[in-house]
Amino acid sequence: MANSDNNRRKFMATTLQSVGLTALGGMLWSGYCDEAKASPLVLRPPGALPEEQFLDVCIKCGLCAEACANRESNKNKDGTQREGTLKMAKGGNHKLIGTPFFIPTEVPCYMCDDIPCVPVCPSEALDMKSLLNEKKELDINKAEMGLAIVHKESCVAFWGLQCDACYRACPLLDEAITLDYQKNERTGKHAFLLPVVHSDVCTGCGLCEKACITEKPAIFVLPREHSMGRAGDHYVKGWDEKDQQRAGDRKLDEIETHDERSQQAPSDYLNKEIEY
Amino acid sequence: MKNLKYLLLRRATQIGLMFLYFATNAYGWHILEGTFGSSKLFGFIPLADPYTTLQALSAGFLLGGDVLVGALLITVFYMVVGGRAFCSWVCPINMVTDLANWLRRKLKLDKEEVNYRFLKRRTRYWIMVLGLIVSAIVGIAAFEALSPITIMQRGIIFGFGAGISVVVAIFLFDLFGVRNGWCGHLCPLGAAYSLIGQKSIIRVKHNHEACTNCMDCKIVCPENQVLHMINKESISVTDGECTNCGRCIDVCNDDALGFSIRKLNKDS
Repeated sequence: MANSDNNRRKFMATTLQSVGLTALGGMLWSGYCDEAKASPLVLRPPGALPEEQFLDVCIKCGLCAEACANRESNKNKDGTQREGTLKMAKGGNHKLIGTPFFIPTEVPCYMCDDIPCVPVCPSEALDMKSLLNEKKELDINKAEMGLAIVHKESCVAFWGLQCDACYRACPLLDEAITLDYQKNERTGKHAFLLPVVHSDVCTGCGLCEKACITEKPAIFVLPREHSMGRAGDHYVKGWDEKDQQRAGDRKLDEIETHDERSQQAPSDYLNKEIEY
Repeated sequence: MKNLKYLLLRRATQIGLMFLYFATNAYGWHILEGTFGSSKLFGFIPLADPYTTLQALSAGFLLGGDVLVGALLITVFYMVVGGRAFCSWVCPINMVTDLANWLRRKLKLDKEEVNYRFLKRRTRYWIMVLGLIVSAIVGIAAFEALSPITIMQRGIIFGFGAGISVVVAIFLFDLFGVRNGWCGHLCPLGAAYSLIGQKSIIRVKHNHEACTNCMDCKIVCPENQVLHMINKESISVTDGECTNCGRCIDVCNDDALGFSIRKLNKDS
C-alpha cells in the first residue's frame, strides 16, 4: 500500500515536472519567435501579403530569390550573373530567418515586366492576384513594396542645388516622383526643383534611394504602413463629391455631436478651466 | 577493412542533392529548386516538407496549393522508403552530427551511457507537438524560425552569415554534450519523419543465425534502441526511429544484417 502510494507520488511529480518544463520551453520558444518576427522595417518582394500574414505563409524556400538572381536581365555585359535583388534572411540579418527581403541601397528592385519572383511562389505568400491589372495581366506597377519619402533637410534640391537624380532614376518617371518648381528667394534668380513622391503611384522599388547622391540617402523607402499616415474615417472632404457621399444625405445642421462639452453653453465652459 | 558502401552512397546522395540545390541559385539550373521547406523537382513537381507545412497551417493561414500537393508527395514517398531516410540520406545536419558522433567514439568520450532525466529519445515528439502549438500562438512556423536544418541548407545555397553558429552549436552539443543529442533526442523534423515512416516497406532485416553478437552494429547505430532484436530474433527493424542509414549493415562482418522489403501482411 505504501509502495503504490510512493509510486503514485513519483508519477505525479514526474508528470508535473514534465508539464512545467514543457510550459517553460513553450514560453521561451514563443518569446524567441515573437522577437524574431518583429522586424517591421523590412522590404518584401512585390505582391507580398501583409507582413503579419506573410511571415506565416512564406515557406522560406528561396524560389523567389533564385528566380530574381537568375532572370535573363540580371547579367553583366560579359555574361556573368549579377547579384539578385532578393536576399534570404540569415542569422545576423535581424529579420525572420529564411524570409526574402531587399535593401535598396545594395540592390534595388528593377521592376521586371514579367515579375519572375512572384509566379514561382508555391505558398502564395507572394500573391499574384494583387499584381493583376484590369486586363488580368501581371503588372509590376501595381506592386506596393514600400513608399519612398524625402527628408527635405538633407536633400540638396531643397538647398537650391540642382539635383534630380531620384526623379531620373524612377521607373515611373514623372508619375511616382514629380518635380515641384519653386522660386529660390535666397538668390532671387534661381529655381528649386523639389522632388515630390506620390504614394498612389510609388511601388517602393528603391531605385531613387539607390540613385540618391547624399552620403546617407535623403530619399528612402519604408514599408507603406510605416511611411503613410491615416486621416481616419471621420474626416470627409466636403469638396470632393465622391468622398462627400460617405457623409450620406445629412446636412451640416443635422449633424450634431453629443459629448460632455456640448451639454453646456459655450459661455459657461470657455470662461472656466475645465479639463476634458 | 570495413565496408563503407552505404556510408559512401549516403554521402554521395546528401552532397549531390545539396549541390543541385546550390546550382539552382548559382548557375540557374532547374533540376532541384528551392529548399526543404518547399522545392520544385525538374521545374514542375512540387515538393514540400510535411512538418513545415503543418506548422504554417497551424499558424492559421491558408497556403498555396503547390505546397499542399508537395507535402503530400513527400509524405507518400517517405511512407514507402522509411521516414527517417530523410535524416540519413538527405539532411545536411546529418553530416555534422555523424562527424560529432565519430569524433566522440574516437576520443572515447562516452564510456557509459548517461541517462538524462528530461532528455529522452521521446523528447523530440514533445518538441514536435510543442512546435505546432507555438506556431499557433505566435502565428509563424515556429521550428522554421530556428531550424538548423534549413539554416544550414540556405547557408549552402545563399551563404551562411552568422547562421553558421547554429550548425557549430549542434556539432558541439553532439560532441561534448549529449550523444546523438540533436538528431536522436531533439529534432522535431526527425520525429515527424519517424511517424511518417512507421509502416515503411524498406527495412533493415536481422538474421539471428549469422550473428556472432559482436555488437558493432549497436555501437555505430545512432538510434540503437531500434536494434533490440540483435542476436535474439530474425526479424526486421520496424521502429520508425530507424533512419535506414545502413551503417549497421556496413559494419557487420557476419552478413547478419541487410536491407529487405518488409512483408506487410506479417507486420512483425
